[in-house]
Amino acid sequence: MNLWQFILQNHAEVTQLTLEHIWLVGTSTLLAAAIGMPLGILLTRWPSLRPPILGSANVIQTIPSLALFGFLLPAPWIGARADRLVILALVLYALLPLIRNTYAGIQSVDPSVIEAGRGMGLTDRQLLFQVELPLALGVIVAGIRVATVLSIGLATIAAAVGAGGLGEYIFRGLAMVNNTVILAGALPAAALALLADLGFGWLEKRLSPQHARRSSSASATSS
Amino acid sequence: MDATLLRPLSVDRLLNRMDSSAAIAFDRVSYHADRDHAILHDLTLAVHQGETLVLLGRSGSGKTTTLKLINHLLRPTSGEIRVAGRALSEWDVIRLRRMVGYVIQEVGLFPHFTIEKNIGLVPKIENWPRDRIRQRVEELLQMVGLDPQLATRYPRELSGGQRQRVGVARALAADPPILLLDEPFGALDPLTRAQLQREFLHLEARRGKTVVFVTHDLNEALLLGTRIALLEAGRLVTLNTREEFLRSSDPLVVAYRDAFRPDFSGERGET
Repeated sequence: MNLWQFILQNHAEVTQLTLEHIWLVGTSTLLAAAIGMPLGILLTRWPSLRPPILGSANVIQTIPSLALFGFLLPAPWIGARADRLVILALVLYALLPLIRNTYAGIQSVDPSVIEAGRGMGLTDRQLLFQVELPLALGVIVAGIRVATVLSIGLATIAAAVGAGGLGEYIFRGLAMVNNTVILAGALPAAALALLADLGFGWLEKRLSPQHARRSSSASATSS
Repeated sequence: MDATLLRPLSVDRLLNRMDSSAAIAFDRVSYHADRDHAILHDLTLAVHQGETLVLLGRSGSGKTTTLKLINHLLRPTSGEIRVAGRALSEWDVIRLRRMVGYVIQEVGLFPHFTIEKNIGLVPKIENWPRDRIRQRVEELLQMVGLDPQLATRYPRELSGGQRQRVGVARALAADPPILLLDEPFGALDPLTRAQLQREFLHLEARRGKTVVFVTHDLNEALLLGTRIALLEAGRLVTLNTREEFLRSSDPLVVAYRDAFRPDFSGERGET
């Protein structure tokens, strides 16, 4: 049986697993953004927090994903359901790019723009929401893009702990030594990753304030 | 009495003048970047209501630091600064900054805002009605010699000179009684710079405002300043009117005049 026939015959299941996959990745990326962006902002305000926070996020990234699932399994509420477990693990992995890019995005805003804003009497809040975040948005979206693509790949391992997603086919195919079944999981997952990459890449380009870069480089050459 | 007023003011005389009539007053202000590194030593200085005081000095003399102490972008290590008769500690910093216009060499326009939004930002956060903001922006663009059609453009679409005009307009937006300018024309080509200097000198909106202007350019200082404060290595060396400055025998003043002589000897008559 070739791949297309398999997918057509099992289109209900393929759709369901794809949706599960998107649910796992979407929820975890949103949660990671909700945690990582404020943390990244925090780092720009309190530089002394940088080593511990970025360090921990870095260390988490080095834990192999299967091992991380294993570590989280005994956790009380989390370990009770496989999807919670997987979502938490994905959140932990996605934190690093989100924290780092939020921090880097805000740091990259032209200091003279910040100084002018402060000098005009903008409050910290106004400066953050009207100047720093809008100008950092392109870099932050780049972080979300990396996190999403990473999570789509990692989420295929979710099937190992029974959380569903396209990994189901991959594990099933491995057990059956059937390449068609493996591909039925791997190809849609790759397509999702590609789509996410393209979509966020487009968004990133649109949100990157080209004006910021061009005007700051222009003033640099004229001075 | 008049004759003594024209002479350089001694510290004692300055202290006597530190009443509430001074728009800005520094009282023995020091600023240290860290424990061993003092940027400003014991500065005592009064800026009178409505005058343009030029802070002249080379890089690292402490002139920009002095300026940033006024709008509390920096906090003094010791001493007291009073603005409009009130110590900085008594001011709500945000309120203070909104009544002090601030222009810097790099301009610092918000790249994601149109010119209109850049100029109208302080009025907007001060909750001016929308019509009044639009009217004010148009008025200011005209005042700084820009085509009101530029209102909808972005900073990147403007030339360096146009951008600095917008910077001045933005600082004037809420009609602040005090203006601080940090080498505003320093990054411009000489022709544009000369034009903007002259326009600034005759700017209608500048009338009655207290201006503190930082520069290292003696010509600019002589053109724009009511008085010139010469700083060197974090200390106030002399504080003179323009005429006194040209006559002064202070070695540093003489050095400055010599450095700029080929330029200003031909231009003096015009100023």
